[in-house]
Amino acid sequence: MRIVVDTDLCQGHGVCESEAPGVFEVGKDHQVVVLESEPPDNRRSELEAAVRFCPTHALTLVDD
Amino acid sequence: MAVDTGLQEPARVSGGEGPTGHLEELRVDPIALMERVRAECGDVGMFRLADRDVVLLSGAEANEFFFRSPEEILDQAEAYPFMAPVFGEGVVFDASPERRREMLHNQALRDKFMRGHAATISSEVERMVAAWDDEGEIDMLEWFAELFIYTSSACLVGKRFREQLDGRFAQLFHDLEQGTDAIAFVDPYADIESFHRRDAARAELVSLIQAIMEARAAEPPVSDDERDLVDVLMSIKNPDGSDRFLPDEVTGMFISMMFAGHHTTSGTAAWTLIEWLRHPDVLARVDDELAELYADGAEVSYQALREMPLLESSIKEALRLHPPLILLLRVAKEELEVEGYAIHEGQMVGASPAVSNRISEDFPDADSFQPDRYLDPREEDRLNPWTWIPFGAGRHRCVGQAFAMMQLKAIFSVLLLDWEFEAAQPPETYRNDHSKMVVQLQQPCVVRYRRRAVARSHAGGAA
Repeated sequence: MRIVVDTDLCQGHGVCESEAPGVFEVGKDHQVVVLESEPPDNRRSELEAAVRFCPTHALTLVDD
Repeated sequence: MAVDTGLQEPARVSGGEGPTGHLEELRVDPIALMERVRAECGDVGMFRLADRDVVLLSGAEANEFFFRSPEEILDQAEAYPFMAPVFGEGVVFDASPERRREMLHNQALRDKFMRGHAATISSEVERMVAAWDDEGEIDMLEWFAELFIYTSSACLVGKRFREQLDGRFAQLFHDLEQGTDAIAFVDPYADIESFHRRDAARAELVSLIQAIMEARAAEPPVSDDERDLVDVLMSIKNPDGSDRFLPDEVTGMFISMMFAGHHTTSGTAAWTLIEWLRHPDVLARVDDELAELYADGAEVSYQALREMPLLESSIKEALRLHPPLILLLRVAKEELEVEGYAIHEGQMVGASPAVSNRISEDFPDADSFQPDRYLDPREEDRLNPWTWIPFGAGRHRCVGQAFAMMQLKAIFSVLLLDWEFEAAQPPETYRNDHSKMVVQLQQPCVVRYRRRAVARSHAGGAA
């Protein structure tokens, strides 16, 4: 499971950070930083919430 | 001046033979004009605004190009000449509009502030309805405009400032919004009534804020908890000890912070309610949804941050059918190509939520109000990120979207739990006034309210 960010779309609202703390961080430059790009499977539901509630739809979860 | 690139020039839409091109039509029936561009020219067409071409894009592919283009290629700052006199021209800020937008975003609109805002908003609605009798009528344009002045000033500037405002501020703000006639594309200071009122309103807002600042300067300082943005700005000094921000600049900042979220949210609240009155079956389902969500006495400030599928879908559908911004504009900073057509440096480039949101290939039965199109599995907003564009898309997407949705959820929670509404005029007579670039409800736009016999339980919001 892998997280893909469309940086054209990210505005740094920080919803992902609230949904999945430790996986995402939004810095002062309003761009998300993925701290853990291949997070363990037991965090899937948090990540799905992050993807779903991202206000700009900038996140995708990819299962390789 | 056209460079030979082997690209096709976009076709120009019919009409607009006069010296100002399609300007007059834009001032009377802009949506019909833009729909005709798509019907006659396709995804990439052109109309003429005084001496400038506007290349109007629609459909997913052209819109994606529009929304993904960075500022260096499609410039936003130059594209809205009607806004400069509203925000204040010649006002020197210490930051670009882009930077100010970022600051606003960072300070007030981050996810972590939303719960506090939700509590503030629900208590503002409670205060407004406290003035209601058991039944009566409201003019939606005026009522929502006043409500959203209070909510946005309280959330974005601070509660102390909000307590110093009354209906007069909303009235002045309305005059600013009405001062956005498309004639500004020719002359932002043309000798017309709505521009005179705009300038007078802005001057009066400056005196209001100046009076607030002077009163505060004479008072002892308040505790850190009570400080708002006015206090913060007043505390910043130049090296010589004089005030860094004068009332004119502070006013300009507040207008620019509050403007984008005001007429937009206020119009959306009204249109959501209108569509419910036109579709009582949907309203009944929304009532049920709310009754269930609040059955355990949950607070609005908590619930408004959670999912309300049908209420949210109703708002989304009102936004799709009646987008508050009908034309988004940029200026091309270089020679560009989209779908095989040329766009030349200096041309204006537009995308239209009003047109794209109703493309029937993407939104079946596009003219009808169907909140269910957003529910699983249809999810037509997610499926069409470049044509479902009430909030724009890409890097300039509305930064206030989450705030706006939360705000509307909180407001309708309070309104629908305790009150019933019905149309006070034939439902088909509610319409928008398109004579200004800022679209607003056309009066009359009256609804009747009645206190519910048994108010549903909810814990209110004054947290």
